[in-house]
Amino acid sequence: MLGRLSWSAIPFDQPIVMWTSATVAVVLATVFALITMKGGWPYLWREWITSVDHKRIGVMYMILGLVMLVRGFSDAIMMRTQLALAAGNAPGYLPPEHYDQIFSAHGTIMIFFVAMPFVVGLMNFAVPLQLGVRDVAFPKLNSVSFWLTASGVLLVNLSLFVGEFARTGWLAYPPLSELAYSPGVGVDYYLWSLQLSGMGTLLAGINLTTTILKMRAPGMGYSRMPIFCWTALASNLLIVAAFPVLTATFAMLLLDRYCGFHFFTNDLGGNPMMYVNLIWIWGHPEVYILILPAFGVFSEVVATFSGKPLFGRRSMVLATMVICMLSFMVWLHHFFTMGAGADVNGFFGIMTMIIAVPTGVKVFNWLFTLYGGRIQYTVPLYWTVGFIVTFVIGGMTGVLMAIPPADFVLHNSLFLIAHFHNVAIGGVVFGAMAGYTYWFPKAFGFKLNERLGKAVFWCWFIGFYLAFMPLYALGLMGATRRMQHYSNTHWQPLMLVALAGAIVILLGIGLTALQLIVSIRQRHQHRDQTGDPWNGRTLEWSMPSPPPAWNFTEVATVRETDAYWHSKQSGSASSPSSKAIVDMHLPRNSPVGIFLAFFAVILGFALIWRIDWLAGIGLIGAIVVVLREAWKTDLEVRVPAEEVMAFERVHGTRLAAGREGLTPGARS
Amino acid sequence: MMNSQGQAQGAAPGVNAHDHHGARSYLVGLLYAVPLTLGSFWAATSPLVYAPAVPVLLATLAIAQMGVHVAFFLHISSAPDQTNNLLALAFGVFVTGLIVFGSMMIMTHLNHNMMSMDELMKIQR
Amino acid sequence: MSVAGEALPIEPEVPLSLRGPAPLRVVAGFGFWLFLLSDIILFAALFATYSVLSGSTAGGPSGAELFDKRHVFIETMCLLTSSVTCGFGSLAVQRADARAMFVWMGATFILGVTFLTLEGREFASMVAAGAGPSHSAFLSAFFTLVGTHGLHVSLGLVWLVIMLLQVMTLGFQPMVGRRFFAFGLFWHALDIVWIGVFTIVYLGAK
Repeated sequence: MLGRLSWSAIPFDQPIVMWTSATVAVVLATVFALITMKGGWPYLWREWITSVDHKRIGVMYMILGLVMLVRGFSDAIMMRTQLALAAGNAPGYLPPEHYDQIFSAHGTIMIFFVAMPFVVGLMNFAVPLQLGVRDVAFPKLNSVSFWLTASGVLLVNLSLFVGEFARTGWLAYPPLSELAYSPGVGVDYYLWSLQLSGMGTLLAGINLTTTILKMRAPGMGYSRMPIFCWTALASNLLIVAAFPVLTATFAMLLLDRYCGFHFFTNDLGGNPMMYVNLIWIWGHPEVYILILPAFGVFSEVVATFSGKPLFGRRSMVLATMVICMLSFMVWLHHFFTMGAGADVNGFFGIMTMIIAVPTGVKVFNWLFTLYGGRIQYTVPLYWTVGFIVTFVIGGMTGVLMAIPPADFVLHNSLFLIAHFHNVAIGGVVFGAMAGYTYWFPKAFGFKLNERLGKAVFWCWFIGFYLAFMPLYALGLMGATRRMQHYSNTHWQPLMLVALAGAIVILLGIGLTALQLIVSIRQRHQHRDQTGDPWNGRTLEWSMPSPPPAWNFTEVATVRETDAYWHSKQSGSASSPSSKAIVDMHLPRNSPVGIFLAFFAVILGFALIWRIDWLAGIGLIGAIVVVLREAWKTDLEVRVPAEEVMAFERVHGTRLAAGREGLTPGARS
Repeated sequence: MMNSQGQAQGAAPGVNAHDHHGARSYLVGLLYAVPLTLGSFWAATSPLVYAPAVPVLLATLAIAQMGVHVAFFLHISSAPDQTNNLLALAFGVFVTGLIVFGSMMIMTHLNHNMMSMDELMKIQR
Repeated sequence: MSVAGEALPIEPEVPLSLRGPAPLRVVAGFGFWLFLLSDIILFAALFATYSVLSGSTAGGPSGAELFDKRHVFIETMCLLTSSVTCGFGSLAVQRADARAMFVWMGATFILGVTFLTLEGREFASMVAAGAGPSHSAFLSAFFTLVGTHGLHVSLGLVWLVIMLLQVMTLGFQPMVGRRFFAFGLFWHALDIVWIGVFTIVYLGAK
């Protein structure tokens, strides 16, 4: 009746898990109770859950990412603690079966449920504003994408309380991930939650690519498009091209596990190496999907806080598109040691070194933008400078490992771990934090506390170096990854330093939460009155903070790059609009996203536990939701011109008043 | 988001700007596709074709058939309003080629160098 | 606020990329085209896997022993013809000609069902002969690649029925037109994938 589900699925014998579950349950119950007491459900449903507004969806993506950062990071602290303890004969406190789930969950969550949502959220929020359009190409699909990602998050978190997670690492290589060697539900939780969220991500990629290519303000040709939109375009093209491979590969593994197929099994002709090949065809573009928008954030930040246009704009764009193409031509460097031989290894090694070149071009362009500028040392710029230093180091260790003979020594060692955390933290996390700080005032109407922001930066910066530089050394000394204990006690001091670094980062995460609380309480002091708190260059700074649902009242006509900057210089930014204000037509909110996600979770859970009737309900429910939506014809809501005018009266005067005090190049 | 300035940002794929030729386009496509398809089946079964050349011939015919579909059924061309569609297709073809031929090359080398799973399992016991 | 005020003049010399957001039909069509390209890349992964595993028969039957080229030829002609009838049906939708639409889309449906029936019979006979997908890597790859294509065809036929119902209940409004448009793209793309399937899997079988 309930498939493989029974009471034994709940890990009553694991105190850490039980206490965590209890805590999470209490926190969730408290939050739900508070919302109910304040009568907040109608507001949440109307303004957030069923919203199809890219600004709201972007914020929800980022909240999802930040919340999952806590879970992913607790996995990290647990691992660091275990390794600090388990030297020589000491067993540590985490048995191997548990430790294996933790490192698998850590990687899966950080890549799929922290980095991806945050980056997609940033692009969702900023791209339509920068392009001068009212929303993305397919607003309802945008909501569906978000909620599918959330359903993947829910399933992964459920695995902690009901059942287990995969013990295979974050990519679940067969034959270990095949039914013969992972008979439990862990790998199934992994596969189904990633199939669901992967679908959401693919749809988001289609959405944003279409928006950037087909929807820009009049006059905004490709050469006048902001650089963040260029990197978003490259990233989303990669999503559209790479994620289908992930879907197909996971589908094949699922067929092996559920239907007895033999793609990657040990017997009857299966070839596990093909899985490794396919998964990295996705996996390498994936890291560029994450890093390219971060590069875009840094380009915007560097130009804004130097008060100069971005140096070498055309070479930046070219470098971005070259990276986009080359990212599909290097994937074998993830498995040099699997045995393809010197010819193949040599080709991919050289391609990997070549792909470092356009990134180098970008670094020089950022440096030359800063050079000779009037620098404002704001928090986003701190993150940027920290990124330039840190990412270059990480990039260099990557090029080191691109040499196959070197990689034969370092593959799957802690050196590799240090390298990819170096570029992921130094690149993606620092970029996410810079973007978060940079666009926060636009989203919420007030700036984040600057002092706490700098404290957060220093914690992450110092913490990162403390946590990962020892790992480079350990890797060179022979320490491998995914290691639950080690016999060489000489390694322990370095592991302790790494633990200290992790604790410093934990402090940084805590300070991020504190910064948010303090900033909310101080919001009236740091109100963004003009919509342009940084004296920005691109179109989003011409809109009020936060922008109305329709983003802007008058359609901008763009005549050059950094259009808003030039209009401020020429004084036309504060001139009143001559056009009559008309009704706005906005897409109507829709519950299709959350309803689909609801049935998706049911379907996923039922498939994991092999509960056939429940899976049927999930599938039929999803189909009904889609069909109902297909017959809806009342898809728009009209915002009357009077309401738009009223908004303009309140905010337009504030914007103009704020700007009248501005001379070109002045700081706000 | 309404644009009152006429056809902006290109045409959708599948849209034939000259719709009064629409029906003709499909018939011409069929006229090209049928002999190409017959040619494929003939190439694979006929004893007249030099055996090592068969894969090349099949590939050429397949590409030609796909081209007919793309041009006559999907109406993707080098017209200025089709640029985005064509570039997207080119990118898709590029990635497809990399995946298929890259995988074949890599797996051939791996299979050549590494013991097969069957043999590996035998020496496990 | 106005960034340099007036709208751009509507001249034919203004490049397409400068004319502002595209009409919904173009946006929806391009978005669906991107989705189709992503689907083709999914098939690329399956094709790659088939190519790699096609020799791994684990002592069991190979493609050359199992496949019947005449059968495949009929399937191919069904699908090719259905692409043309779908094209005519699309033109009928653009003209809002309900009767012609039902005739041509009906023909498309019938040809699609014929294709699926033939393919289903082929699969069933292979399973009955002990050559089901769980018997070797080659067979797993074959059934998955060809089966995924068949699944897409089945979903396409369901979609077609839904679209015909939409026309009957909602009429030929722009939203319905855009969706039919997308269906047409989908159906043609499936035939393109089939060209790959019959060439590589059936005609290329050794």
